Amino acid sequence: MLPCFAPAQQDTQKEIERYRQLLQDGNPSELFEARGAEHWKTKRGAKNASLEQCDLGLGAGAVKGAYVQLPRYFADTDRVQDLESRLVSCMVALQGLTPEEAKRRPYSGPGQPSVMTDLVAWIASESRGMKIAPPQSHPKERLAYQAGEKIFHYRAGSHDFACATCHAEDNKRIRLQDLPNLTNLKDAQRAYGSWPAYRVSQGEVRSMQWRLYDCFRQQRFPAMEFASDASIALIMFLARKAEGGTFDAPAIKR
Amino acid sequence: MKLHILVAAALSGAALSGCATRVSDAEADRAASAMMKTSFKAQGQAGLDRLDQDEVQALCSRHPNGLPKDLAEKLEKAQLATIRYPASGKLMGDWRQGERVAQSGVGKQFNDDPKRPSGGNCYACHRLAPQELSFGTLGPSLYRFGRQRGTSDATQRYAYGKIYNSEVFSACSSMPRFGHNQILTEEQITHLVALLLDPDSPVNK
Repeated sequence: MLPCFAPAQQDTQKEIERYRQLLQDGNPSELFEARGAEHWKTKRGAKNASLEQCDLGLGAGAVKGAYVQLPRYFADTDRVQDLESRLVSCMVALQGLTPEEAKRRPYSGPGQPSVMTDLVAWIASESRGMKIAPPQSHPKERLAYQAGEKIFHYRAGSHDFACATCHAEDNKRIRLQDLPNLTNLKDAQRAYGSWPAYRVSQGEVRSMQWRLYDCFRQQRFPAMEFASDASIALIMFLARKAEGGTFDAPAIKR
Repeated sequence: MKLHILVAAALSGAALSGCATRVSDAEADRAASAMMKTSFKAQGQAGLDRLDQDEVQALCSRHPNGLPKDLAEKLEKAQLATIRYPASGKLMGDWRQGERVAQSGVGKQFNDDPKRPSGGNCYACHRLAPQELSFGTLGPSLYRFGRQRGTSDATQRYAYGKIYNSEVFSACSSMPRFGHNQILTEEQITHLVALLLDPDSPVNK
């Protein structure tokens, strides 16, 4: 039994890699991205306005390369914001939605597309091939990074888990699932650069916000609030750990 | 003397410019705690009290690269007092039931039914019975654990205690405190002890 074991595992790993490569041709994420591009131009809300004047950090309406330079500090809100929290601000300021309306359906479900997820898929796709480069010039950006690092190591809940429990060592697995070490440059670049992603098993595009929400669920924490400060700080930490990596999302995953 | 002053001035200058780019560790801690308090909502069985850290969690979070030896020993000693052994004195249960507990990953998540018993999800991190190829590697392999150690009272007490409260034997271990935090019942833990130690268990074949 023992001698056969390691080769069998390697073959499985190779097959999974091959499957992933095959999937890269024709990522269904493109459907989400196309819808997102439409939502950007669509007038809605009390002000009957589109998002075309939304400033994602590179000036009003500039989308190309915006995702890889987030999260960042925005003077008008006096906050560090990731893409989703920034879109909420734009929906409120430009379109006249209430914050509750803007956050009503952050993630899609079966037969229930999410305007937010579609926008994230499209905006992220407009950074494909670019270098991950979250700014660190503002004191609040640096504080977000440091707080994010603390949150990464925050052990709590019934199981004493932190993000670091699963993501701070090289070459570890849960069952057969490889775990990226998010404190190691290469792993962090590959992981951060592959979200958002189309999840084959769920038939949906999932964002980094969703990835964190689902990690915290498995950590046995209460439910992470969408676009919350802790999520933004954690994303800042992860983005900086992945700095210089090539952004290659929306990717496709199991 | 003069040189010393110059060096000291240069060093403090370097420290100051360092301060300008990073806030203190304590300040980062305060910011993170404040963020944690406003960033979650209670759902299902996972109330906001899940975010309140006990002494072990707080200490281990503050020392991500491991505790200094004196603190580690103090923590391990304090945790030792938490272990509750079954009143019956019987520490080895049924390995077949233990295998089911080791396989099951349900329990304590906000979308889990709190009326269903939790599992230990041991295979998520450990290799156990060789028939199960889908095992994780966060923890050490436990294949042939009992074959190497036998079934003495001391070994049974160690295995039970380690599952009940892993912090007793290794401060800031990644392994949940299954008994102490009431993830598993005392009886479930005795079944896991059997899975590890019983000579008939597939782990020891």
